[in-house]
Amino acid sequence: MKQQLRRTMLYVPGNNPGMIKDAGIYGADCVMFDLEDSVSLNEKDAARFLVYEALTSLDLGDKEHLVRINSLESGLGLADLEAIVHTGKAVIRLPKTETPQDVLECEAQIARIEEAAGLPMGSTKMMAAVESAAGVLNAREIALASPRLIGIAIGAEDYVTDLKTTRSEDGVELLFARSAILLAARVAGIDAIDTVYSDVNNEEGLRKEVQLIRQLGFDGKSIINPRQIGVIHEIYTPTKKDIDHALAVLDAIQEAERKGSGVISLNGKMVDRPIVLRAQRVISLAKESGVLKEGVYAQD
Amino acid sequence: MELKKAGISGTLESSDVMITLEPGNGGIEIELTSSVEKQFGDAIRKEITSTLTSLGVTNARVTAVDKGALDCVIRARVKAAACRAAEVEYAWGGGSQ
Repeated sequence: MKQQLRRTMLYVPGNNPGMIKDAGIYGADCVMFDLEDSVSLNEKDAARFLVYEALTSLDLGDKEHLVRINSLESGLGLADLEAIVHTGKAVIRLPKTETPQDVLECEAQIARIEEAAGLPMGSTKMMAAVESAAGVLNAREIALASPRLIGIAIGAEDYVTDLKTTRSEDGVELLFARSAILLAARVAGIDAIDTVYSDVNNEEGLRKEVQLIRQLGFDGKSIINPRQIGVIHEIYTPTKKDIDHALAVLDAIQEAERKGSGVISLNGKMVDRPIVLRAQRVISLAKESGVLKEGVYAQD
Repeated sequence: MELKKAGISGTLESSDVMITLEPGNGGIEIELTSSVEKQFGDAIRKEITSTLTSLGVTNARVTAVDKGALDCVIRARVKAAACRAAEVEYAWGGGSQ
């Protein structure tokens, strides 16, 4: 099965036809239409119609689309769900998730709409965004709350405000939250998506932040500007050196299996299960990101 | 769906269309301004009319200022303007309520 890359999730304001029309051309792994914070209160209905029509009419290719809905408690989220679930074409991104109950309430509404619309039960997937102290402390329960969840994301702006602090360049204030989200995602077997980097003119700062979250283990990042895609994909794409090593590890495994040898070594170092798993992940990422085609490195 | 008052949706930005709907009594009358009227005027009028018909709107005065909107944008703006003009919530998967 093809693995869905989620290195970049491009936010697109849900009431902007020009941006919606062009959203697919920049090469982000996922496109996320926003009905929440980027849409003013008196345009929520118009944005809902626009995103619905775009999802059902535009050629979206095989790119994953998400829609960030308004929270159910805002009184707007239910109509958002009605519109978007009916398209059958988007993952629902739930904002400001604080408890597993938030996920379950949303899931119950999705299930009701799927049944009424004759859609396959369970076909609509969800992603939960955690944006508060309570959400971070409940991250594990949230991530495990529904089999519809494909990922859990951290939204930093609200979170740092909740902590009574601000975002810093090195992100030390986010370390606990990022680690909590990541561990929750891994326990649940779903993706971990980092928050936006809002200073679009600071490429160096973005680069440092992406290197940090990649090292932590995140699968990708929400972004607000297509200019950020290139840097993130570059950092997430395995290098030729990574790929050569991974291929050598997998060759060594095959060789050892052929010989019936229990102990595997490569260049004098023991190769054990975690090293094999990492090598398999590198090869998978290299294939999905297009730098490894039919076993050959395709980018020089 | 019966229009009760004027309803507006959309903007004058590129790729958008601004739709103003007012109650009418002589079928659907459309006044269209578009930089691509020569090539696409008929198609835009047809899209507006068919969207209104699908909503059960039979009488309306429509003012459309098009800035190169795709069909899906035209449909979205007409639906939003119609629901605003009729003061109804749209019932997804089942027309208007």
